[in-house]
Amino acid sequence: MTGMGEAIASPDCAIEELMTERSLKPANRPAVVVAMVLFTVAAVTYWDASRMTARATYGMGANAASYFICLFLVVLSVGHLFAAFQTSADKAEDADWKAIGWIAVALSGLIGSIWLGAGFVLGSALLFAFTARAFGRKSLVVDGVIGLVMGVIIFLVFNKLLSLALPQGPFERLL
Amino acid sequence: MDAINLLIEGFSLAVQPANLIFAAIGVFIGTAVGVLPGIGPALTVALLLPVTFKLDPGGSIIMFAGIYYGGMYGGSTTAILLNTPGESAAVVTALEGNKMARSGRGGPALATAAIGSFVAALVATFALAFLAPPLVKVAVKFAPWDYFGLMLIAFVTVSATFGSSPLRGLTSLAFGLWLGLMGLDQLTGQARLTFGVAQLLDGVEVTTLAVGLFAIGEALHVASRHLYKPEKPIPVKGSIWMTREDWGRSWKAWLRGTVIGFPIGALPAGGAEIPTFLSYTMEKKLSRKPEEFGSGAIEGVAGPEAANNASAAGTLVPLLTLGLPTSATAAVMLAGFQQYNIQPGPLLFTQHADLVWGLVASLFIANVMLLVLNLPLVGLWVKLLRIPLPWLYGGILVFASMGTIAANPSVVELLLLSAFGVIGFLMRRYDYPVAPAVVGLILGPLADNALRRSLQMSLGDPMIFLQHPSSAIMIAVATIALIAPFVFKGLSRFQQDED
Repeated sequence: MTGMGEAIASPDCAIEELMTERSLKPANRPAVVVAMVLFTVAAVTYWDASRMTARATYGMGANAASYFICLFLVVLSVGHLFAAFQTSADKAEDADWKAIGWIAVALSGLIGSIWLGAGFVLGSALLFAFTARAFGRKSLVVDGVIGLVMGVIIFLVFNKLLSLALPQGPFERLL
Repeated sequence: MDAINLLIEGFSLAVQPANLIFAAIGVFIGTAVGVLPGIGPALTVALLLPVTFKLDPGGSIIMFAGIYYGGMYGGSTTAILLNTPGESAAVVTALEGNKMARSGRGGPALATAAIGSFVAALVATFALAFLAPPLVKVAVKFAPWDYFGLMLIAFVTVSATFGSSPLRGLTSLAFGLWLGLMGLDQLTGQARLTFGVAQLLDGVEVTTLAVGLFAIGEALHVASRHLYKPEKPIPVKGSIWMTREDWGRSWKAWLRGTVIGFPIGALPAGGAEIPTFLSYTMEKKLSRKPEEFGSGAIEGVAGPEAANNASAAGTLVPLLTLGLPTSATAAVMLAGFQQYNIQPGPLLFTQHADLVWGLVASLFIANVMLLVLNLPLVGLWVKLLRIPLPWLYGGILVFASMGTIAANPSVVELLLLSAFGVIGFLMRRYDYPVAPAVVGLILGPLADNALRRSLQMSLGDPMIFLQHPSSAIMIAVATIALIAPFVFKGLSRFQQDED
């Protein structure tokens, strides 16, 4: 737990930690990364707001909220920096990056299929099969077929029954 | 006795055959999806929003009510039979409920959960019906500055006061508020943070964020940690009926749970976790057999389940009367209303009175349906728990992306969904709460609007917020709630997870 609340409430152990390490190396690397990301987002927001032409009638224009959020992000960024030096990181559990990779493949399969106009059914079959792979299934072909059938059913129900426009490819036009 | 007449009118709408069917479908799929492990009510509603997209508003909002209550019921079944609570509010139910199921008392555990949910939802829905009209009378007098103060309270309580760490909760909130900036500004029509991408002009869809954070984020999280070890649901053996002793031990717990749950849900403090934990500790103290706690005490299921459902009905009070979502589920519900251009709030009760009271009446009907459906169909729900997780998550992702592109058929929307999924995964991994982001996205633009309209009315003088006692008090409350957890460490003990 690296919250400010705990950090402020337990300054003793934070100081102890700093004393033993005798360096200014941040103890909590993720918090530093979050701080940097927050600061970057704040900078982008500031840049975006500064480009907006003022059209305010009274009081605040549309960019006032941007500046406000920008300030909020900077404060949070500083808060994370403080937290990073005061508390050590929880050890994040090991992640199976291969499984994450398979889900990434699955999502890109869907996005690619929609992008190239290959339709929803093929996309969802790829999404289903590769997601199942990420969760440890080995038979990609069987899962692909299940995904295909599921995609067709969803497509028929939603396009025909509920008249929602799911992206169509050559295959969907035949249905 | 205004409320009774309005309620009778609502019932006349809700008992129309078409609406009864909508309620039944909602209850059925709400329970079915809610039973699936890893899917809480917020995600259930978000996933099923596109299903209701093209239906008429009345019918689909009634269906919604069914989905909302059904999702709550489904969660408790998973918690009892699988020890994998589908939602954080069911965590406490799992404590005793799963122990009961293990010792062969799964039936009574499910029964006391179902009947307790029924009693709680019944009482709480009545409270909602009688509390709403007077609240609306106050709320119509609210000026923009009052709304701004109210939203500040909601922001702080949802993210800082009850989170495990205020810094993390506020960061999650900031993320949602930042996303809320995107798109055309409502008052001046200027584009904010769109980076020249035409699809971003309409802003970020709440459902895309919710589905990305909850569904895809959860899938990535579960896959990355190999949390998909096969876990078999505990078969329900013996009678599902409660004994005389079970009834005797349950009914007071149901009522106490309701009394704890409803007000906490109705205050803009958000979340059903706090009342469930409070109810659990209270039952443990009051029980005549406290030694049974930890090995399957029926009060430990009855009380928290009632508290959970009462607080879920309670969150409908600020949602319907003020347009203020105080939990992720309520935020997604609000998105559901908005897809028909219906804005919850005091005006809803005058402009769409039939719809609101039809909804409240449907909540009663959905509640009865759940009681009738749930216990006899328990075998079916158990079968749903046997779906292998690879297929379950494959199906969730297909359905999630389907909903996203059905609402907005563009690759940009899918890329956003994937990006939110990655962010949701990282937030889970580094212990950032997800719900404040969803609430921030939906309330951010509303707060921006309220702030600027106040300043327009005061010709730019910010003192307007402090000159009106009502808004001054609310801003003071928000400030205290923001600072308190940093000052008193004890307050941050109440940990709250998102749905």
